[in-house]
Amino acid sequence: MADAAPAASVRHLSVRRSALHVRIDKRRGAFRLEAEFAVPSPGVVALFGRSGCGKTTLSHVIAGLLEPDSGRIELDGRVLLDTAAGTVVPAERREIGYVFQDARLFPHLSVAGNLAYADRRAERRAGIDAARRARHPDRETVVQLLALAPLLERRPYSLSGGERQRVAIARALLSRPRLLLLDEPLASLDAARREEVLPYLEMLRDEIALPIIYVSHQFDEVLRLATHVVLLDAGRILAQGDLGAISLLPELRAIIGPDAVGAIFSAVVLGSDADSGLLRVRIGQGELQIRASDRDSTGRDETLRLQVLARDVIVAREEPRAISVRNHLRGVVTTVARDDAETDLVSIDIGGPTLLARVTRAATRDLGLRSGLPVWALIKSVTLRGQPPPKQPPGDASATGRAYPGA
Amino acid sequence: MTWLSSEELSALHLSLIVAGRSVLLNLPFAIGVAWLLTRRRFVGRMILDAVVHLPMVLPPVVVGYLLLLICGRRGPVGAWLARVFDVELVFNRNGAALATAVMCFPFMVRAVRLSLEAVDRGLEEAACTLGAGPLDRFVTITLPLMLPGVLAGAVTAFAAGLGEFGAVITFVSNIPGETRTLPLALYTALQAPGGDTEAARLAAISCTLGLGGLLLAEWLTRRLRRRFGT
Repeated sequence: MADAAPAASVRHLSVRRSALHVRIDKRRGAFRLEAEFAVPSPGVVALFGRSGCGKTTLSHVIAGLLEPDSGRIELDGRVLLDTAAGTVVPAERREIGYVFQDARLFPHLSVAGNLAYADRRAERRAGIDAARRARHPDRETVVQLLALAPLLERRPYSLSGGERQRVAIARALLSRPRLLLLDEPLASLDAARREEVLPYLEMLRDEIALPIIYVSHQFDEVLRLATHVVLLDAGRILAQGDLGAISLLPELRAIIGPDAVGAIFSAVVLGSDADSGLLRVRIGQGELQIRASDRDSTGRDETLRLQVLARDVIVAREEPRAISVRNHLRGVVTTVARDDAETDLVSIDIGGPTLLARVTRAATRDLGLRSGLPVWALIKSVTLRGQPPPKQPPGDASATGRAYPGA
Repeated sequence: MTWLSSEELSALHLSLIVAGRSVLLNLPFAIGVAWLLTRRRFVGRMILDAVVHLPMVLPPVVVGYLLLLICGRRGPVGAWLARVFDVELVFNRNGAALATAVMCFPFMVRAVRLSLEAVDRGLEEAACTLGAGPLDRFVTITLPLMLPGVLAGAVTAFAAGLGEFGAVITFVSNIPGETRTLPLALYTALQAPGGDTEAARLAAISCTLGLGGLLLAEWLTRRLRRRFGT
């Protein structure tokens, strides 16, 4: 590429209460992984980056399946690894649930047997107190949440890829973990199977008060699930922060490609427009009309996660009239950054959220786009990306977790 | 089986006992050694590997002779066994089982090793993240997954053990009813004048048992593989 490599910047998560602190350094031949980050509780942190950037190495190190050269890992105040002090807690005592890409169900046990394997060991584990037990769903609840009842007597080889992953998720949950690590759980599934499993992952995020690390190289999965993102590239953390902030970073372009660049933000449903049938949502100080399908929950006052791609935003100096684009928002240019040889990325503050617009360099020059300039953003298309996780009341995670009957 | 003489029946019976005991004796050691050779890196691993395979390349008489030296009445192990456990190995069926076990050991280790190598380490990792410690993992995951290969290896070793000759006759001699197994009975019949028919019958039994064992091993492997869906 002709562009200079994006400058590495580390922005720290502002996490009120973090469950997991990780700082590790690991060399493997010429590859070096160096990472430091925190995971809030509850919340979903996506470890995102291209294949081979060190995501799986990092999650193996956290789970204890791989030992780093140096580092420190702390989970819920308990030190799992401290190379300086010589502390290494073996994987079987880390209480981290791991869902592997290839499910790894035990082939000699039925689905019920696989679940019981985790359940029995968690029950037997000393130090699992009544409070934690109540925080975790019991076997019946997990079977119900993941719709496994009809599969219980089946053998793993007779399951579809999506069913296998559901069983693997249930098994990891039944080990009553303090942290759930999902290592590309959808990567080996085709598009239809992925759509089949994704709702379960969203349900997991919203129903179960567990910190979750979601490893993926698919940005659309990250969009649906994550609250925070740790951006990994070539063994280093490029950036970390909440999803909205990460979506505005210029570093992202190299990983997800220019056409996927676009601002991600939350919007509140105002109602639907009687004439057009479109959904009206509030964004910053403005209002958008978007198309929502029947399966999206679109009740008034609900919060939605929206994405506006940079290529779908047109910048105008004055409000245009008689134009087919319906969504016009007033805003102020905050930055103009070089995108590639011919284009610029313009950030526009629309009274709260920020939009990204891709414009040609010639347009930047002709319109005189610069920081502080008032403009209109014309939005050609908005994509609904599900719902962000419900806001958790601040305070102790055990108090925010749902208590399960019979657990 | 009225067409078999009582001596022939006794040889058959004895062969089954000796081969069976040799397999039972071998199993734990074969699993242990295979595990060491597959999963551990240590100094002397290659030497252990070579020693395990030694019975395959040595003349069986040499194995029998070495057993006499080590486990005979005046041998270090033999004397110790007699003193501590009051167990004697020379000239009895336990000695025959030991000689057969030593000869079949390389077979067993090979079979166990192959099945251990075929076990997906990822499944052990998964068990690990579910809270299973090393011994727990081995007993609940590794061992059951190895089972098809181990069983097939055991049946093959049993079939091979029915026919062990050189090491047995050297170590425990040829005593009717105690150490005269099928091949020893066959050999004795060939030495005696007019023993041709008996020899042929014993040879037929040996062939049938051997073939049966191999078929059983194959059937077991297929059946268990199907159960695991691999």
